[in-house]
Amino acid sequence: MIQQHKDMSKASTGFWIYLMTDCVLFASLFATYAVLKNGVWDGPSGAEIFNLPYVWVMTILLLSSSFTCGLALLAAKNKNRLRTLWLLVLTGTFGFSFLGMEFFEFFTLINEGNGWQRSGFLSAFFVLVGMHGLHITAGLIWLVYLMCRIGMRGFTDQSMRRLSLFGYFWHFLDIIWIFIFTIVYLMGVGNI
Amino acid sequence: MSLKTHSTARTYTIGFVWALVLTNAAFITVQLGLANGWLLVLLLAILAVAQLWIQLHFFLHLGRESKPRWNLMMFLFAVLVVGILVFGSLWIMNNLGYHNMPATSSDAEIMQEEGIFMNSEREEAENE
Repeated sequence: MIQQHKDMSKASTGFWIYLMTDCVLFASLFATYAVLKNGVWDGPSGAEIFNLPYVWVMTILLLSSSFTCGLALLAAKNKNRLRTLWLLVLTGTFGFSFLGMEFFEFFTLINEGNGWQRSGFLSAFFVLVGMHGLHITAGLIWLVYLMCRIGMRGFTDQSMRRLSLFGYFWHFLDIIWIFIFTIVYLMGVGNI
Repeated sequence: MSLKTHSTARTYTIGFVWALVLTNAAFITVQLGLANGWLLVLLLAILAVAQLWIQLHFFLHLGRESKPRWNLMMFLFAVLVVGILVFGSLWIMNNLGYHNMPATSSDAEIMQEEGIFMNSEREEAENE
């Protein structure tokens, strides 16, 4: 039991270090975005292409998925397999809907000729938001793998550990999204 | 046993509700145009940082681990690095932008601000 606790503690500390370095990666992309934000050349500015209600729905989806992920961790701690899986499916569905909406937004922008090659602002926008989307994609793949493991083998020590690390990762991505919707979308529409 | 023995469905729900309130407040402020300029930046920054704290506290349980609080210390160090990275970049790039302004507007402006005189102007000043 003590050995297990030590493993868990080590794994979560190590994973936390990874998350903090990921924070630095996102910080450099945020800085790039802030520098290039006004470099619209003859392209559109943020206020002309962002649709706030659309982004609001994305935000609520991601927030809900973070919430259900937390509840899934609790259910797993109580060894309730069905409830855990059900909540993880919900987490995945919210996450996948978020990703779908982001893809559709990118697709629409590119179709209208506002792709990343249009201006410095759009390059920085696609890299920053796209990097978050890539993390979400990786998280969803991880989630599906975890659900298969738990579904087939039940709660082993290893799957419990991985589930709690996934929880860290998923909550972390929601926190990054707070800053994306504030700095990119809200401040973009607010013309700052 | 685990790091998260304190967390219950109640703490997650409180965190979720607070996050919803703060998110909606931020979107409503911008959608209805309740503020603009620096006031809007300040408001949005406060709402974002408040939500950061809510999510760190209620979802990631930061600061509630047993001592020594490695996660909290690493987080604070990351905040320092992020601060230096973001504000440093903005500072440097703004300064670069200042020295790389389009020639038409920058020459006169920089000369005036830095106290540089053209030769012809200096001669005029000396003649007077």
